[in-house]
Amino acid sequence: MGLLNKLDDPYEGGGIVLGKIEDLLNWGRSKSDWYLHFGLACCAIEFMAMNASHFDFMRFGTIPRASPRQADFIMVTGTVTFKMADRIKILYEQMSEPKYVISVGSCSNCGGPYWEHGYHVLKGVDRIIPVDVYIPGCPPRPEAFQEGMMLLQEKISHQAIFNKRKKLEAELEK
Amino acid sequence: MLANEIFEQLKAEFGEAVIEYNDKQPADSYVVVSANGLFEICHRLRDKDDFLFDYLMSLSGMDLGENVGVVYHLYSMKHKHKLVLKVAVPKSDPKVPTVETIWRTADWHEREAFDLIGVHFEGHHNLIRILCPYDWEGHPLCKDYETPEFYHGMKVSY
Repeated sequence: MGLLNKLDDPYEGGGIVLGKIEDLLNWGRSKSDWYLHFGLACCAIEFMAMNASHFDFMRFGTIPRASPRQADFIMVTGTVTFKMADRIKILYEQMSEPKYVISVGSCSNCGGPYWEHGYHVLKGVDRIIPVDVYIPGCPPRPEAFQEGMMLLQEKISHQAIFNKRKKLEAELEK
Repeated sequence: MLANEIFEQLKAEFGEAVIEYNDKQPADSYVVVSANGLFEICHRLRDKDDFLFDYLMSLSGMDLGENVGVVYHLYSMKHKHKLVLKVAVPKSDPKVPTVETIWRTADWHEREAFDLIGVHFEGHHNLIRILCPYDWEGHPLCKDYETPEFYHGMKVSY
C-alpha cells in the first residue's frame, strides 16, 4: 500500500483511534512548546539564525515569550555570569510547571573558556537550575539546536502525567 | 603637534606637576603627570587652541604593583594629534581627580577603572560598580586579587 492510499483512508474505514489520553496530551504538549529566550552571548546570535527562515525554529511549534509565566521552557543561550545567575534563578522560579530547561553552548553547559580563570562566570547553569537538554558547541550550529529541540520533544512525549508515582516505583524496581 | 612639543609647553606652564616624558619604542610616547595637577592639565589640554584634545579615546586603570595607574588616550579632532597621559598613585591611597566634567565619556570609564582596579576618582558624581554586581567584594583585575570561593551560595571555581 502506497503512502497516498494511506492518506485517503488512514484509519481503514473507521473514525476511531484507540490510544491513551496521556499520549494525546503529551503529543500536544511536545508539539507546542513556548519558550522564554534567555540570550546572553554569541549563542544567542546563532539562535537568531535558528529563528530566521532558513532553519525556522517555529516549525517545532515554539513561540518566543517575553514572560516566564507563559513559557514551557527556558533557553539559556550563552555565558552565565554570576550577576545574571541570580536573575535566571528568579525567572525559572516564575515559570509555571511543567517547565524545562535547554542549556545552549559550552559556557552555559560547563563554563566554556572561562572554566579556569573566569571569576565572574558560573561554571554551568545546571548548578542553579535543573537542565533537561544540553546542546554542545561554541556556539552550536543551528542543526544542533534542531536536534536539541527534538530531544526535548522526545523527553516530553514520554513523560508520565497520570499515576506518576506508580510508574516511578516500577522504574526504581528495575 | 608632537608629543614632546606638548610636553615642553605643559612643563613650562605647570612645572612640577608634569613629571616625565617617555618616548621609548615601541610603545606610544607618553607624558607622566602628578595626580594633583591632573585636572588643570586636562582642562588646558582640552581648551587651549594649540591642543584642543576634544576626544578622550580611552581611560584605563592599571595595576603597577605598589601603585595603581590611570592611562588617558587623547585625540584632537581638529589638529588630528594624539597624546597619552599617565598618572600613578599609591595603592594605599588610590585617589585621582575625576575628568568626568571635562570629557563626559570618562563617566563610565572611570566607573570601570574603579570597579576592576579600585582607583578612587575624587569628585565623580556616581562612582559605583559598573560591571561586577554591586555587592561584589574586591577589585578583580588587581594582581593580588583572590577569587572568592562562593558568591551568593554558588561555587565560583570549576
